[in-house]
Amino acid sequence: MAGGAGSEGAAVTAERSWAARLHDVGLRYGKTTALDGITLDIPATGIVGLIGPDGVGKSSLLALVAGARVVQQGQVIVLGGDISDPAHRTAVCPRIAYMPQGLGKNLYPTLSVFENLDFFARLFGQGKAERHRRIAALLASTGLTAFAERPAGKLSGGMKQKLGLCCALIHDPDLLILDEPTTGVDPLARNQFWSLIADLRARRPGMSVLVATAYMEEAERFDHLLMMDAGKVLASGTPSSIRQKTQCKTLEAAFVALLPPSRRRGHQPLQITPRPCPNGEPVIAIEARELTCRFGAFTAVDSASFRIEQGEIFGFLGSNGCGKSTTMKMLTGLLPATSGQAWLFGKAVDPNDLNIRRRVGYMSQGFSLYSELTVRQNLVLHAQLFHVPRGEIPARVADAAQRFGLDEELDTLPDRLPLGIRQRLSLAVALIHKPEVLILDEPTSGVDPIARDAFWQHLLDLSRNDGVTIFISTHFMNEAQRCDRISFMHAGKVLVSGAPTQLTLERGLDTLEQTFVEYLEEAAGAAAVVPPVAEPAPLEVPANAPARQQRFSARRLYSYARRETMEIRRDPIRLTLAALGTVLLMFIMGYGISLDVEDLSFAALDRDQTTTSQAYLRSFAGSRYFIEQAPLRDYADLQARLQSGAIALALEIPPNFGRDLKRGAQPTVAAWVDGAMPMRAGTIEGYVNGIHASYLAELTHNSGGLAGVEVRYRYNPDVQSLQAMVPAIIPLLLMMIPAMLTALGVVREKEMGSIINLYVTPVTRLEFLLGKQLPYVAMGMLNFLLMCALAVWVFGVPMKGSLLVLSLGALVYIGTSTGLGLWLSTFMTSQIAAVFGTAIGTLLPAIQFSGLINPVSSLEGFGAWVGKVYPTAQFLTISRGVFSKALDLPALAPYLLQLLITVPVLIGLSVVCLRKQER
Amino acid sequence: MTSLLNILRLGIKEFRSLYRDRAMLILIVWAFSFGIYTAASGIPEALHHAPLAIVDEDQSPLSERLRHAFQPPYFLPPAEISSQQIDAAMDSGRYTFALDIPPDFQRDVLAGRRPALQLNVDATQIGQAFTGAGYIQTIVASEVAEFAQRYRGAAPTPVGLVMRMEFNPNLTQAWFTSVMQLIDYITMVSIILTGAALIREREHGTIEHLLVMPLRAFEIMLAKVWSMALVVLVATGFAVYVVVRSWLAVPVIGSIPLFLLGTALHLFATTSMGIYLGTVARSMPQLGLLSILILLPLQLLSGGATPRESMPELVQTLMLAAPTTHFVSFAQGILYRGAGLAIVWPHFLAIAVIGGLFFTAALLRFRSAITRMA
Repeated sequence: MAGGAGSEGAAVTAERSWAARLHDVGLRYGKTTALDGITLDIPATGIVGLIGPDGVGKSSLLALVAGARVVQQGQVIVLGGDISDPAHRTAVCPRIAYMPQGLGKNLYPTLSVFENLDFFARLFGQGKAERHRRIAALLASTGLTAFAERPAGKLSGGMKQKLGLCCALIHDPDLLILDEPTTGVDPLARNQFWSLIADLRARRPGMSVLVATAYMEEAERFDHLLMMDAGKVLASGTPSSIRQKTQCKTLEAAFVALLPPSRRRGHQPLQITPRPCPNGEPVIAIEARELTCRFGAFTAVDSASFRIEQGEIFGFLGSNGCGKSTTMKMLTGLLPATSGQAWLFGKAVDPNDLNIRRRVGYMSQGFSLYSELTVRQNLVLHAQLFHVPRGEIPARVADAAQRFGLDEELDTLPDRLPLGIRQRLSLAVALIHKPEVLILDEPTSGVDPIARDAFWQHLLDLSRNDGVTIFISTHFMNEAQRCDRISFMHAGKVLVSGAPTQLTLERGLDTLEQTFVEYLEEAAGAAAVVPPVAEPAPLEVPANAPARQQRFSARRLYSYARRETMEIRRDPIRLTLAALGTVLLMFIMGYGISLDVEDLSFAALDRDQTTTSQAYLRSFAGSRYFIEQAPLRDYADLQARLQSGAIALALEIPPNFGRDLKRGAQPTVAAWVDGAMPMRAGTIEGYVNGIHASYLAELTHNSGGLAGVEVRYRYNPDVQSLQAMVPAIIPLLLMMIPAMLTALGVVREKEMGSIINLYVTPVTRLEFLLGKQLPYVAMGMLNFLLMCALAVWVFGVPMKGSLLVLSLGALVYIGTSTGLGLWLSTFMTSQIAAVFGTAIGTLLPAIQFSGLINPVSSLEGFGAWVGKVYPTAQFLTISRGVFSKALDLPALAPYLLQLLITVPVLIGLSVVCLRKQER
Repeated sequence: MTSLLNILRLGIKEFRSLYRDRAMLILIVWAFSFGIYTAASGIPEALHHAPLAIVDEDQSPLSERLRHAFQPPYFLPPAEISSQQIDAAMDSGRYTFALDIPPDFQRDVLAGRRPALQLNVDATQIGQAFTGAGYIQTIVASEVAEFAQRYRGAAPTPVGLVMRMEFNPNLTQAWFTSVMQLIDYITMVSIILTGAALIREREHGTIEHLLVMPLRAFEIMLAKVWSMALVVLVATGFAVYVVVRSWLAVPVIGSIPLFLLGTALHLFATTSMGIYLGTVARSMPQLGLLSILILLPLQLLSGGATPRESMPELVQTLMLAAPTTHFVSFAQGILYRGAGLAIVWPHFLAIAVIGGLFFTAALLRFRSAITRMA
């Protein structure tokens, strides 16, 4: 194994006795200082742990070392080179694995567990056999094998974490950076997790691991610890040396002792007061009987029954994905129970009962507050919505901020906050209306020990003094120990309920953790729960030497294209919309838009009322263009009916029209045209002139003037709007739909967090963008062929030229429309803005400025400029040329050429606007 | 009362969310100012700078007179080409019209032999083809008539015709385009803003949070309706008073407050549609597509792009169910023709009913659609 690294291995070892060296590194987010001039050497070949309160810069530090974030100040040397140097970053990127904070932030929710892993493996250029072997091994050692086909979005929080880790480990890195990897992971899985890391290290002795964690028992096992606070390093050393220095027995105590007194927030060891014995009959606050929830064939919760007394703290423990969150959601009425029932305060749970909701505080597992509101605004909004009296709100907000240590963050946006502080905010929000029942789904995941103790102190206060009932799920054994009663849950079933000490005693074991593990192993059969970690085929030391890092890799591009295709395939609604929508719109526009106006309403004010005047009017009423309405009574009537839009044309025949005509006294007819819609008015003008002229011709028996004009309508001799419109609609739709499909490509990843994969994997911006573009080009071509088939066979519009030429044009054109969408996507700040921006950026120029109705040559100003550069104008010419004029390739070459130039321009712009690092 | 307070507070939250989305704000500002201005100033008059080629096989004073008769702004100065070049020139799309003056044209006219000119029209240019052909015929007829009159004196026409363009005497296209563009943006922004705001809440899980609070679905919906409608209404007010009336100098003869009242009703309908779409779509990409599918027909078939009279009966009837059809009708009525409430109230009523229907439909779907979300 070690031989695989060969002579290069020696060089690598020499290069780093340090995994990373930081010199005077500073980082600011706006006014907030995250890192304050840190100088630090991180030793290689070992596990280095970062510990410290929430929000002291641990994550920022890790992101800098991983190269995910731009270094603002100072120097960061990683694996023997400056990470600010793009060349070095590109070179070492495949040797670093980074798992960001947050529950599965970098995963793709519609892809299955296997597909997610496969995607990452492809990004690192692994062949098929290698990929499958690695994925199988990783899944087995994390206990995810049974879930390989489940979409990542449907996994529980802890399982997402495991998958995130697997994705980070897919390529045997030299430096593994884990940002709170076990937050929300159940105790069993946590053990497996660290065994996995130990196993990896045994096989790759040169690997360095850098971990941030909130679990002190985990930190105890690390080789080296860095204690951080307020953007600075407070202490550094082995766990035992840190304990000795502070003369504390546990690391948790040492952690507290190391903090400056002002930061301890008056921390005191937690005092657990026993629950006073209720007098008489206990009041049941929460009750569940045979509560069951099924999603299709999958049973998430299977006949769960429990009773929780008022004022009790009831803990829920179980492996990840065992149905804890689902049970809680059923209690809040968010999810309907498939069968069974639940009661709150003796009343059946009813999602429409607002009074019950007012008495319940709920905190969900994922962060679900408004990231666009500041901490204070979130607190105030929730207080208001729960109808906290106006006068009390400021006090409650201040109290919550003080209690949960949010004072300094009140005006910060939640996105800017680390996980631990966001959790505290969620808790503060759940408590702001002083509910009688609290339902808390893993509220302390990722929260530092001090804050956790403070939080539990608060829960105990609420329970003991105010009689608040608390239903809480947790993965911390010491927290479970503090509950009055707990339940172990596995695979949707409640295994056992009772007081923690009683459960341990019954089994005759020492610790609650042992009891928990035993119960779960029993429930599932030992083998299924704890897979043999050492057994999977040993991972070969890879051959992904840095020298093989290519500038452009078709394989990585294909990896992104493949993933995007899978996401599209998983979304049949989007596919159907894209295909059906095209058909629908083509019908609507093909038949709906027409420029020959008929059946216009007109009315006459006939002041003559002779046969002559009636004959004149008949020539109007008899034409196919006009429909006669009730005659006009007077000028007022004429005005009113024009004004209301009831008639588009009014004709006034003067008195004595017949007599004057016979006398040759040249009577004059007046026509009023509704000019509100100039195009229609212009058409009416033409019709009126024409009818008038033909009346005159009939009158004088002179069929025409001195010279005639013979009009030949070319390319569309019957002057059918359909024939002219259909070839024009195709370019229109091929602009809007592909652009809208790609417009969310980048901004969606930004909003969902998976953009981080662009930052920390070897994929280049060009590969990323092209990979995203290609599937939509293919989709667009399918749409194009569908539209051509419709045009020819359904609308009966003949294609006079070559389909091949048109297809070639369409291919390049779709390249421009998808490119336009992607480009918009690279600089938009939100998905909403991207959707709107694309709508503006395609509808207006394509409909108005590309020659659909008015030729580009007659446009003016901005419109004329747009018409010259906008791709729709070029393809419209090509489409009309092929459909109606039978033009060949040489004749259309200039237009094609311009499109061909537009594609790389758009892609180039996208590459420039896209960042490879977070700022 | 508590309901109203909830609606008010949730609405204020929407403003805060929008305020954080700078790109969206910039887009809205752009749309309601420069977006309208460029559309209105870029679109030519009914016939504007039409490219015309003339084949002069006569080379007589009359044919020369004809060549000079086609002038900007209606036509680009005519290009003279040979008769062999006609096909190629028309194929390339360089000219919409090619007028062929045959040999001995003048002689035949004066001899009363009624010679015919040949006019080739590129019928794929539907916007110019028909109007332009009409203009050319009229111009030719009057030029020839005047020419002939000087030589031999022609009889006067027995019946005169005076045509008056009401409400827009010169048929200035910008008057029309500016308001229609405004209508398009009103519809687009309000549907996308509300629909996307709902999807965003679903994707970020915040809607779940709202559903465990003592709030009713209609409060959450109405909050989105009033806040987004107000944003668009303010933008509309700005666009009408500043962009349309001052900047583009469109003489608005009707009552702008009445128009804004109608806009408010329209916004109720479109924001309700947006929410409805938000309950139908399950993700932002779906919503994006869906909105294109909805916006395009609304934009093209409401009578704002081409006259309703030109559409098939079925389309006309179906489009009565779209709020934009009524909006376009009453906007033209109020702003151009000075119609009052007495005239436009049926449209107001129709829009209110359509809005109510969409709102109810969205309300019925709301809870189930949101909890079903993955």
